[in-house]
Amino acid sequence: MLDTIVGLLASTVIAATPLALGAYCGIFCERSGVVNIGIEGMMLTAACISQIVAQYSGDLRLALLTGILTGGILAFIHAVISIRFKAEQIISGTVINILAVGLTGHLYQRYLAFSASPPQSPGTFPKVPIPLLQDIPILGPIFFQHQPIVYAMLILTFLTHFILFYTPWGLRTRAVGEHPRAADTVGINVYRVRYINVTLAGLIAGLAGCWFTLEWVGTFNLQMTSGKGFIALAAMIFGKWSPFGSFAAAVIFGFANALQINFQLNMPNIPYQFLTMAPYLLTMIVLAGVIGRAIPPAADGQPYEKG
Amino acid sequence: MARRLLTGIGIPILALFSALLLGSFVILSTGGGWDKVLTAYGAVVYGAFLKPRGFSETLLAMTPLILTGLAVALAFKAGLFNIGGEGQFLIGSLCSVWIGYHLTGLPGIVLVPLGLIAGMLGGAFWAAIAGYLKSRLGSHEVINTIMLNYIAFNLGDFLVNSRGPMNDPTSSVPRSPMIALSAHLPRLNPGSPSDRLHAGVIIALLATAVIWWLLYKTTLGFELRTTGANPDAARYAGMNARRNLVLAMALSGSLAGLAGAVEVQGLNFNVPAAVQSFSAGYGFDAIAVALLGHNHPFGVVPGAFLFGAMRTGADLLQLRTGVSRYVISIIQALVLLFAAAPAIVRWIYRIRAERRVEEAPLTRGWGA
Amino acid sequence: MTLALEARGITKKFPGVLANDHVDFALEKGEIHAMLGQNGAGKTTLMNILYGLYQPDEGHILVHGEEVRFHSPLDAIMNGIGMVHQHFMLIPVFTVAENIMLGKEVKSARGMLLDRQRAEEEVRALSQQYGFSLDPTALVKDLPVGTQQRVEIVKALYRQADILILDEPTAVLTPQEAEELFVIMRSLAAQGKSIIFITHKLKEVLAVADRISVMRSGQMVGTTTPKEATEAGLAEMMVRRKVILKVDKKPATPGEEIMRAEDLQVLDDRRHPVVNGASFFVRAGEILGIAGVQGNGQTELVEALTGLRPIAGGHILLLGHDVGRVRPRQITEAGVAHIPEDRHKHGLVLSYPVADNLVLCTYYLPPFARGPVMEEAAIRENAEALIKKFDIQTPSPFTPTGSLSGGNQQKLIVAREFSRPVKVLIASQPTRGIDVGSIEFVHQQIVQRRDEGCGVLLVSSELDEIMSLSDRIAVMYKGRILETLPAAEATRERLGLLMAGVKEETATKEEVHGA
Repeated sequence: MLDTIVGLLASTVIAATPLALGAYCGIFCERSGVVNIGIEGMMLTAACISQIVAQYSGDLRLALLTGILTGGILAFIHAVISIRFKAEQIISGTVINILAVGLTGHLYQRYLAFSASPPQSPGTFPKVPIPLLQDIPILGPIFFQHQPIVYAMLILTFLTHFILFYTPWGLRTRAVGEHPRAADTVGINVYRVRYINVTLAGLIAGLAGCWFTLEWVGTFNLQMTSGKGFIALAAMIFGKWSPFGSFAAAVIFGFANALQINFQLNMPNIPYQFLTMAPYLLTMIVLAGVIGRAIPPAADGQPYEKG
Repeated sequence: MARRLLTGIGIPILALFSALLLGSFVILSTGGGWDKVLTAYGAVVYGAFLKPRGFSETLLAMTPLILTGLAVALAFKAGLFNIGGEGQFLIGSLCSVWIGYHLTGLPGIVLVPLGLIAGMLGGAFWAAIAGYLKSRLGSHEVINTIMLNYIAFNLGDFLVNSRGPMNDPTSSVPRSPMIALSAHLPRLNPGSPSDRLHAGVIIALLATAVIWWLLYKTTLGFELRTTGANPDAARYAGMNARRNLVLAMALSGSLAGLAGAVEVQGLNFNVPAAVQSFSAGYGFDAIAVALLGHNHPFGVVPGAFLFGAMRTGADLLQLRTGVSRYVISIIQALVLLFAAAPAIVRWIYRIRAERRVEEAPLTRGWGA
Repeated sequence: MTLALEARGITKKFPGVLANDHVDFALEKGEIHAMLGQNGAGKTTLMNILYGLYQPDEGHILVHGEEVRFHSPLDAIMNGIGMVHQHFMLIPVFTVAENIMLGKEVKSARGMLLDRQRAEEEVRALSQQYGFSLDPTALVKDLPVGTQQRVEIVKALYRQADILILDEPTAVLTPQEAEELFVIMRSLAAQGKSIIFITHKLKEVLAVADRISVMRSGQMVGTTTPKEATEAGLAEMMVRRKVILKVDKKPATPGEEIMRAEDLQVLDDRRHPVVNGASFFVRAGEILGIAGVQGNGQTELVEALTGLRPIAGGHILLLGHDVGRVRPRQITEAGVAHIPEDRHKHGLVLSYPVADNLVLCTYYLPPFARGPVMEEAAIRENAEALIKKFDIQTPSPFTPTGSLSGGNQQKLIVAREFSRPVKVLIASQPTRGIDVGSIEFVHQQIVQRRDEGCGVLLVSSELDEIMSLSDRIAVMYKGRILETLPAAEATRERLGLLMAGVKEETATKEEVHGA
């Protein structure tokens, strides 16, 4: 029984990984005032491209690097559209999402589909149990017997919090997201802060995308992110734009997901769909202010006009 | 006036042109020269218009795009961003299919409109949830409509998939039961059995006229547009902003729901368990269609026609050049990009921006 | 004489407007230099140029005798220039210390982390040096306006500013708070800081400035000293033609009471009580002016009276009926006209044609609508008639309203509100930011309504406007009507005291419930 629960919790942490990473991407963007609903597309594209590199080079590390950079490049495009050209940020994010579907479909057919006779997939990253920590009862198997991107997610939780609240860069980032004009008047380059944050955030989304192919499945399937980018967004809101809150939300959503897979396997008579629905319903409930008010950064989504 | 017309038509054309140009680089990247690009685009044009029944298929693909595009445009006019077209489409199709296979005894003259109305009501209800939450609690409709999309997908999956209450156990593929023959929309060319074009296209064009009339000729439309342009002024003028917000969302959702019903009763006659691919992309393509048409009902029709043609022609493109049909999705994303951010098009082609009155540069930072 | 700051021949064009036209300006070291001018005279543009927010099209800036070129505020800050903006540039969810160090953060030894403790100590030390107390750990959103302003001043001092630009600092302060600010300003000047003080209030200029410069429509009109200048003289410099302080009007012949507020309570957006037991009445054929410093609940009071904001307590009686909880439309239909405080926010849809804005409140009534369908011909005829009658300068009834001048937009609102039968007029800041000609027109229209038997409630933060139009004057302070006086008994001094919340026991009172 305990083993089952520990196993469920360990798979919860795994399922929470792409959600938490996606949420941290959202946090960096939105804390600096740029709404990013293109996380889904960034993850999907990164998943696809990292898998192509993995199969054609056989080098998982190179694949990881390319996947992360893919996220960064897409995010930079989002930044240019919404900061330089001041387009509606939600539409720019939608563009990224549609573009990702087309691009990954195109690349899949060309490089990964059966008809393209691709090289064999090198598989996924191996598990890297952390010495000593993995032997802690209960906590060890839940947190310290995972693949590398899971650890990266755990570290990024603390790192994101630390950057936002304990460094000058974080102070400036939050200032730009709350009151860009005030930041401008003390000599902070609002555009620069936003460009850097959005692009860095894209790298995190790229990492999340790599999780799907390099760590979870080992192959790429069309639309394999299946809305996880939007659940990540939900986790960010649920967590009130804070790293620890978002982590907690991602874990709750990840638990629902782990439970749902468990149900599908073991209790096929119970409709799992209602568990899959849970994160979305919870997010709507939180947004409605039933569990505390979720207040976004004041300048979230507003293009900044100088002067 | 001439200038407004130029930006009204010129920018979308330049947007399309730029998207096609960038798309051709994607085609070129698969090897081959510009002749391949010409073959590819030629195949799209041939597949969408010239091939036997190609034009019919284009109109067929255009139909749900007009309706969902109108849904987005109407919401935009009222100051709302309905990004949940897919969910409303799906709920609408589920309502319509339920009517279609339950009330099989009714004659077509009753059953057909009943199914359509059920679809509209379903879509309206689904969208109105987001409208209500915004009006009462201020939660943003973009997030809520996205969430409602996924809730709808799961709900549809539950209802239609094997063991679900709306599953057809006799079918080998998990799907809903087929609707009664009397619930089918009439074919427009019954003489040719392979011509699938149905009366849905007429419904879509009628809906366009009705929405135009509603927005620009009625007091309700005046209220919706005022609420969208300046909600504070709408309240000042005594309009019931909260009610209008819910109403606008419901109207918008009813159009998306109608699209789902038309798709069920005109083309598919059931809802497959693969619900997400059934409503695939209508929500997002609709945003592109609406923006391409400047959120004006009459602008939506050419936008939907264009996207319908691209969808239809994509298969032949893949067949003739070996380039995947997804190139079309890339081009559609780029069209949306350029339509949504005319500043990019202006920047590329060095067109000077017209001075928009709302953005008079003196309103801020100067003179006070 | 050492000049701290000098501007030579500054010119700045905006599309359609010459905001600064070869402006010369000199600031001496250690002086308080007042910059006077009406809204739109170009003061703020000049200051934004001196602070690096705008780049001038022509002209030079010299700091301590050396020519400088500012590409951003950072350059100005580096040259020792600090600015306190009219709308505070503070982040409400940050602490005082975080706000002050933003952009010039106090870092820990290794330079990676914020050192909040040391920042807080520095803020404490700085505020003590200039004689005011600030809690560095408090969140800015919890501080009163006057304290927020001090945070802004410390923010500039923290950056070693020796030239301070204060942009309309007294607009949000009571006369007493303003007095305290003047003490701080003098102390700063005594310690060698040079201060530019922007305002359009003549009294303050004469009280605090060492020198006074006046701007008018983008040009520098002249520089003088408080000794040489008089209020009338300065006013004349600001507006060129003799200011009309008196509006031509006959004595009022008040009739029956038509509107009354009793113990009214209203909450603001943050759910703080801002109207706190206000009581007053308006009679037909008279103008009741509500005077008071901005932010004492006037905005919320007007919104409550017009049904735009729910009331938290008390009663509003309109022609004897309680309308405290009815919708805005019912209040409009009962004969209340409303000239809103912010015409762009509430009064107009800028993207609409003039004709549509002229039926914004009556679009659903015949002849403009027949059932659910709008009647375009009637809407056009209505527009043509009103444009003529109210002399609205517009190329056509179908011109987008946003392209009209501020004065003509205001005339449009006046035309619309007076085009239907009106028993009560609620006018809030009716002449804010419009040209002198339009001001006169709006004033005449208000008086004309009064003479026709309409009851008028005039809310304005311009004391002169209140004094020249009102028949009775109510002073609003901290959400209450402190006192209501007949216009004849209301002197500037007495109103000033009341606006600061000081109520004289000996003053003859007109009891609110008395009439």
